[in-house]
Amino acid sequence: MTTATKKIHVTTTVNGESVEFLCEPRNSLLEVLRDTLGLTGCKEGCNNGNCGACTVIVNKLPVNSCLVFGVEAEGAEIETVEGIADANELHPIQDCFLEGAALQCGICTPGFLVSAKALLEKKPGASEETIRFDLSGNLCRCTGYDKIVRAIQEADKQMSAATVDSTTND
Amino acid sequence: MKDFQYAAPTTIQAATSLLTEHGSGARILAGGTDIIVQLREGLREADIVVDIKKIPELRECQYSDESGLCLGAAVTCCEIYEDADLAGRYGALADSTHIIGGWQIQSRASVGGNLCNASPAADTIPALIVLNAEAQVTGPNGQRTIAADAFCTGPGINSLVDGEFVVAIQIPPQSASMGSAYQRFIPRNEMDIAVVGVGSWIELDADGNIANARISLGAVAATPLFAVEASQFLVGKEPSDDNFAEAAELAKQIATPITDMRGTAHYRTHLVGVLVKRTLTTALARAQA
Repeated sequence: MTTATKKIHVTTTVNGESVEFLCEPRNSLLEVLRDTLGLTGCKEGCNNGNCGACTVIVNKLPVNSCLVFGVEAEGAEIETVEGIADANELHPIQDCFLEGAALQCGICTPGFLVSAKALLEKKPGASEETIRFDLSGNLCRCTGYDKIVRAIQEADKQMSAATVDSTTND
Repeated sequence: MKDFQYAAPTTIQAATSLLTEHGSGARILAGGTDIIVQLREGLREADIVVDIKKIPELRECQYSDESGLCLGAAVTCCEIYEDADLAGRYGALADSTHIIGGWQIQSRASVGGNLCNASPAADTIPALIVLNAEAQVTGPNGQRTIAADAFCTGPGINSLVDGEFVVAIQIPPQSASMGSAYQRFIPRNEMDIAVVGVGSWIELDADGNIANARISLGAVAATPLFAVEASQFLVGKEPSDDNFAEAAELAKQIATPITDMRGTAHYRTHLVGVLVKRTLTTALARAQA
């Protein structure tokens, strides 16, 4: 780090809350989220856009936060893994990852959860092939992926059933 | 990463002023999926990073039957392949944007950026070449257009001069008798760099013969190549497997690949033949659909 860098003021929304921070232009969104905002759920894996461990949602789309500058977050809506659970209730995808043992070391898990949520919200009922293709930007070196794919398929079923229930109740 | 300034101009004029003022010290940021890695790894340097995504013209995507497609330089891969009309009309472009990186990359990466990054293995460039695309460039000396097949001059080097940037990519209109396709070979199904990439485009005449064809090769030379002789061979011919095989042989003759960890020169040349036949077959099916 060199000295006397002018920091830029950024206003953004993270998990529904308005957030302000200062950052240098060269700081990645990943660095800002982890080091400035204390949201350490997103992980630094490769830091070059290959592994997906740093995946967050920016304006409804999954991105590698290591490949976004913090200054680009101005006016954006960001969702991180910390925003997935509802108060003390885990999201069905998180439940299914736990139940299905879809993680071992866990470093890739936050990225998978974020990508899987984006996928199931956009493509409920997605085929196994679609799940595997759309999550190809998330790497896991432990599980061999099968348990992850099955957990996402199970979460998809639970989320669809929940949607039907709430529609019926209306 | 070396420190730099950041600017996000909202007009083409303001961007041109900044880029002209800073010359070679300025780097353009669109999706950032190449430049951020390059800055981090010291492969490129910047005194100022100019984010062009806030310029409205660079985010627009317009099609008309008269003038074709005007694709703002910062339009993302996702925005292209998720547009059913556009993807149906420009098959090669949809094919290539759907396989660049994973979803996270496609959410950010732009076709303009893929072109300017000038990788010999860039997936969208063979697609742009066969679709006869032109880059609309603006700079301190005004505007000019550069054909896609003349845009790259070496690995990572393009024909822009200091102060210039790509505003949009213009692609001719497509009729129902035209079809295009892009395919690459990689050892897995996704998230890899092309060992070889090939784009093909076919226009059929009223009798179902080939009125026009364009073939382009990626990752077999210092820049993506327009396979002129292979393309011209097909003109006026029946779209048969034999003719496609002959075009494939002609395309192989211009390939001058290197041997590296992704494949040997011999293997890459073989792949050119395979992929030319496959992409012509897909382009034909789309032209006939």
